[in-house]
Amino acid sequence: MKNHTLILSALLAGAFGTAHAAEDLSGKVEKLVASSFKPGEGQDMSRLTQDETQKICSKTRNNPSAKEADAINTRERATIKYPDGKKLMGDWKNGEKLVKGGFGMRIGAIEPDKADKQKGGNGGNCYACHALDPKEVAAGNIGPSLTGYGALRGASDDIVTYTYDKLYNAQATVACSSMPRMGHNGILTPAQVADITAYLVSPESPLNQK
Amino acid sequence: MKQNLMLTGTAALAIVLAAPSAMGEASVEEYRAMLADKDANPGFLVIDQGEALFKTKRGPKNASLEKCDFGLGPGKLKGAYAQLPRYFKDTKRVQDVESRLLTCMVSLQGFDEAEIKKKTFADQRYNETNTDIEMLAAYVAYQSNGMKITPPLKHPAEKEALKVGEAYFWNRHGPMDFSCATCHAEDGKRVRLQNLVNVYNKKDIQATMSTWPTYRVSHGAMRNMQHRMWDCHWQMRTPDIEFGSPATTALISFLTHQAKGGTYDLPGMKR
Repeated sequence: MKNHTLILSALLAGAFGTAHAAEDLSGKVEKLVASSFKPGEGQDMSRLTQDETQKICSKTRNNPSAKEADAINTRERATIKYPDGKKLMGDWKNGEKLVKGGFGMRIGAIEPDKADKQKGGNGGNCYACHALDPKEVAAGNIGPSLTGYGALRGASDDIVTYTYDKLYNAQATVACSSMPRMGHNGILTPAQVADITAYLVSPESPLNQK
Repeated sequence: MKQNLMLTGTAALAIVLAAPSAMGEASVEEYRAMLADKDANPGFLVIDQGEALFKTKRGPKNASLEKCDFGLGPGKLKGAYAQLPRYFKDTKRVQDVESRLLTCMVSLQGFDEAEIKKKTFADQRYNETNTDIEMLAAYVAYQSNGMKITPPLKHPAEKEALKVGEAYFWNRHGPMDFSCATCHAEDGKRVRLQNLVNVYNKKDIQATMSTWPTYRVSHGAMRNMQHRMWDCHWQMRTPDIEFGSPATTALISFLTHQAKGGTYDLPGMKR
């Protein structure tokens, strides 16, 4: 619907020759970024370089045209990697640890995450945005509640694959989704994504208990 | 006063710890109500420290900051913060309170800018006292308490900062793919139990901008907008955004304009 409205406004703008289409400020933003971060110890300047998907989502303020959205879906789908043997249902108990963990990947000279505190790698930080285990009340709501995820959907191969893919690269299905591309961006490994998949889908998972 | 502080601290801690088991927003609301108790705000101590520092002759030039111009003329502090960020002719750029303080500390007092920028924030992990610039900004800002948020929008550079600041607000980068808008463009959103301001909701953004600088209980320190900008970027997993940089200043311009018409209620106190 939103996309249709956008297309319609674009057509109208074209037809009447109005120059009031949102000004493309990406060049100015790029300059702003270039003058506001400095390389140095603990900094990783490469994180400021946007890939094509980030560029489109920034420019369109997360409202890509239908064509742009298709291009994002196709490009992001191609990035999905599976664990060895394509075993997409991992260990839900490790998945539970990963969804709770919020540690990892903070950099800089002021307060970087310390590697020695980071046993088991980065956390998935899932509770920041999602409700999961019904016993955990300190859950954010930027993303939808995932409580009872598997109980509602079952554990068919299709559901398992869909869930793994969503975790690995949310933009393979929803262009400009708010969710980080957890696998593609290297926050979680394919094996860890499989563990979280199991935590969401598995009937034994606390998330699926009443 | 001191007893009040301690009581508030203990009660706040109890509420924070009780929150998950109490299972509700009610206890969080109670905690917030306690934070709103002005008499118990330790930020006043920091403001007083800032005032003393502001009036002390310091630096290689052995001068105070009393001739610093925050936009209303040298030494005119009353209401100056309420009209920031603004364009300054001498530096030819839009500045907020902290970047302007930097300018004055360099030009009037002879401090080295790079040296100041090495340590702009107190480190809460080591229970550090606020830095000079944090104290100074708290003091200068407080001189606009009770006044309306009225940043000027006449100079082309001010219009540009607002426009590019908003565009940057939507800029997605870093391994989390986040922009400011990921968390701050919709009503009723939370990270864990922390409510998030929607900068496109007038009431919401006014409530936020009118209460910064703010005393942060979890940091045991006064915090300014430049720190808030750094903190969000740190959580977004970008490199450290530079203190007083064009990007932080442009963002602060955008946020301040969104909050236009709100009334400064300083110092704030937050989690």
